[in-house]
This record gives sequence, structure tokens and C-alpha cells, in this order.
Amino acid sequence: MLEVVKNIPIDYYVYLSSLLFCIGVFGVLIRRNAIVVLMCVELMLNAVNLLLAAFSTYLSDAQGQILVFFIMVVAAAEAAVGLGILVMIFRNTKTTDIYSLDNLKF
Amino acid sequence: MSLSLAVFLILGLASVIFSLLMVFTKNPVHSVIFLILTFFSIAGQYVLLNAQFLAVVHIIVYAGAIMVLFLFVLMLLNLNSAAEPKQSARWKLGAAIAAGMLLVTLVGALKGGIQIAVPENTNPQVGLAQNLGRVLFTDFVVPFEIAGILFLAAMVGAVLLAKRDVKL
Repeated sequence: MLEVVKNIPIDYYVYLSSLLFCIGVFGVLIRRNAIVVLMCVELMLNAVNLLLAAFSTYLSDAQGQILVFFIMVVAAAEAAVGLGILVMIFRNTKTTDIYSLDNLKF
Repeated sequence: MSLSLAVFLILGLASVIFSLLMVFTKNPVHSVIFLILTFFSIAGQYVLLNAQFLAVVHIIVYAGAIMVLFLFVLMLLNLNSAAEPKQSARWKLGAAIAAGMLLVTLVGALKGGIQIAVPENTNPQVGLAQNLGRVLFTDFVVPFEIAGILFLAAMVGAVLLAKRDVKL
């Protein structure tokens, strides 16, 4: 049996991932710069990745780690397209403040 | 306290502190640096979990590609702490309460409820490139190809979005 599986309860990984996820949610809520908001979304995705890898190791099953790869693929595509949209927005409005993007607000 | 638990606690504390600094620092470039440090401590967790290939891929993809993209866009747009918009204190308090309640809900719902039957003969080779490659190209070959199509679509979309005066 692995050293880490013996010595660390799986609950610790659950708590750490929950904490990182909630810090990401907090960052999305308090920051107004759209680029930093995207970075906080990346942090939330990483919290989920960490928990998937932990369960994968504890169950000795590779499928969790494969799922982490696919989450990384989606995160990379999301960052590329999101930053492309942000550059476009900055070119039109000269700001990345999310409060300036309320044209669809009723 | 065993060595692996100590390493886990140090890495976990580092990732929490760096992510909090990432959220609270005013300068977006410093935010990127702190997020990279958070990613390195998460990569350390992967090494601790015996998922070495995942740790290497994590550093290459996140610290090497995604964060460089973020830094590049920040410098292209020339953003600094002077141009950083400020959120009102009341909104910050509300956000802290909301995120804290989410944390309490998650921890309360999951506390003690996880029953994992750890197999006695765990395979330590599960996180190595050989095993992961075999699983990826046998059980997950269709999702792998679809991920390739997703990347192609994202690349075309990003180029099209960032280009000036596209004639369709």
C-alpha cells in the first residue's frame, strides 16, 4: 500500500479542494478585472483536478487521472477563447472592467 | 507525524496562502505570479499522490502555456494596479459571506461521508506514463479524438476573435 494512502485520510484532500474551490468562487465575486476572474476560474478547475487525482490514487484506478487530462484540455481551450474575447472587448471599450459589460442588462 | 502528512500540510498551506494572495493583490501581474506558485504547490501534491506524469503535464500546461498566455495578454493590454477597478467594501463583505457559506456547506455535506474501500494491493504504477497511455488509447480513445477536435475549434475561434476586420 502506498505511503500517502496509509498516512493521509482522504477527507484532508476533500477539505483542501473545497477550500481552494471556495477561494476561487470568492475571487470571481470580488474582482472586477475580467482577466483575474478568468484566473480564478482556472483555480476552481484545479481544485477539482486535485480531488480527482486524489481519489484516483486512493482507488488505484487510472480513470480519474484521465479525466484530469480532459479537464486540462477544456481549461486550455477556455483560456485561449476567453482571452481572445477579452482582447476583442478591450479593443472596443478600452477596459476589462466587468461592470462596463452590462449592455445586455434589462 | 509522518513525513507524507507533513509534506501534504506544507503544500496545502502554501497553495491556500498563494491563492489568497492571488485574489487579494491589486496588481494583475502579481496575481498571475501567485497563481503560478499555487499551481506549483498543486503539482507537488500530484507528486505526493504518486501521479508523476500528471504533475509534469500540469506544470507544462498550466505554468508553461496558460499562464504565459495570461501574462502576454496582460502586457499587451498594459494593465497595472493603477487601472485596476475597485469593488465596494459592502460587496466584498457579501462575497466573503457567500464563499464562506459555500465552504461550510461543502465541508458539512462531505465530512465523514466518504467511505472508500481502499484495495489492499494498490498498484503504484497507476500514475506513470505507460499505464496512463494505455488507458488513454484503449478505453478513452473516442474522447481523446473529440478533445483534438475541441482544440482545433478553440484555436480557429481564438484566432478569428482576436483578428482585426475579419471578412466572412
